[in-house]
Amino acid sequence: MGEQYSFSLTTFSPSGKLVQIEYALHAVSAGATALAIKAKNGVVIATEKKFPTLMDETSISKIGLLTPHTGMVYAGMGPDSRVLLRSGRKKAEEYFRFYKDPIPVVGVVKELASVMQEFTQSGGVRPFGVSLLIAGYDEKGPQLYQVDPSGSYWAWKASAIGKNMINAKTFLEKRYSEDLDLEDAIHTAILTLKEGFEGLMTEHNIEIGIIGNDRQFRVLTPPQVKDYLTVLG
Amino acid sequence: MSIMEYNGGAVVTMIGKNCVAIASDLRFGVQSATISTNNPKVFKINDRCFLGLSGLATDIETLYEKLVFRVNLYKLREERDISPRVFSNMVASTLYEKRFGPYFTEPVICGLEEVDGVLKPYISATDLIGAPVYTDDFLMTGPCNPALYGMCETMWRPNLEPDALFETVSQCLLSSLDRDAISGWGAMVYLITPENVTVKKLQGRQD
Repeated sequence: MGEQYSFSLTTFSPSGKLVQIEYALHAVSAGATALAIKAKNGVVIATEKKFPTLMDETSISKIGLLTPHTGMVYAGMGPDSRVLLRSGRKKAEEYFRFYKDPIPVVGVVKELASVMQEFTQSGGVRPFGVSLLIAGYDEKGPQLYQVDPSGSYWAWKASAIGKNMINAKTFLEKRYSEDLDLEDAIHTAILTLKEGFEGLMTEHNIEIGIIGNDRQFRVLTPPQVKDYLTVLG
Repeated sequence: MSIMEYNGGAVVTMIGKNCVAIASDLRFGVQSATISTNNPKVFKINDRCFLGLSGLATDIETLYEKLVFRVNLYKLREERDISPRVFSNMVASTLYEKRFGPYFTEPVICGLEEVDGVLKPYISATDLIGAPVYTDDFLMTGPCNPALYGMCETMWRPNLEPDALFETVSQCLLSSLDRDAISGWGAMVYLITPENVTVKKLQGRQD
């Protein structure tokens, strides 16, 4: 009898809320902190990568490349973010095949947001348990977007998601300025992560991705991260 | 009789110094019968991008409408005009979608492409299933091709100023039309520069 029905879990509550989306946001708030800062000549995204000591942290990457010129990080359920990463990559590649032109940053954001929205209005599925921070560089310059489980997206100058987001955002508000250089932004990002970090921060338990004027997104290697950490003392 | 020669037609495009020209004949016919003498085959996509289509008239119309549909959506979504290079890839992809039941048209695209902040002339053409060709001199399409090739190879030189380019493309087209029974009845020539676009209607042999 149950198999005949496949209606959406995201049906409205009397107060006008979609409870499943609220719960998805809880899953995000329980995830490890991720943050991002847009500089005048690039964007930096950073996240904690705390795993048990026996786990091989070099085998897992939380920051993913969507296209050569966009990258993303998540807070929440890792497996859900992998599905979105795959979907975003495919949409971006389809665009490139059709137009022989790289997809605009806002374009890939819209595609991901659209997928996430579908899962709040279809039968037999649940919303994605992640919020995404997407960083990219195209003709409009460096850009930073956040996408939520509901499918809403906004552009940010600097933002944080996950466990320590409130404190991190307060910290970022004080430190942010319009003419930050990418190098300054990286330092600020690391300092912000440090604020909520339990224990000693090393190049093995954080991950940083950057994109600059060269429009190539890349994840910094542990030695590169170590250099920044050493400078900050 | 080839389906590509059912309606006749000729389109040619040429690159000059900081300008491009695209021109077509005006005939619409059904094999030997001329139905209309006011059927230009060059269409404006936007200020910087023009499309010329020859081949089966019904497919010219449908393909044009389909491309305009896609360009309009592109402009709405991306909030920017499509550039000639991206448009020509869109044309190629659109044609290949119908690889095993194609549109019987062979488009020619021309325009001014922004490269590092500077506008540069751009022309390209594809066959009926989307195989693209990019050159920096001239391209043509239609049953008038053999005559056009001969005229353009002889007359074209690099770095022609707008007025000279206009003369060259007009004379090449008009002379070639005289060598093709199913193209002609005058021509429409578009001269595109960074500042403006001029259109002129040429009176050729009315036969």
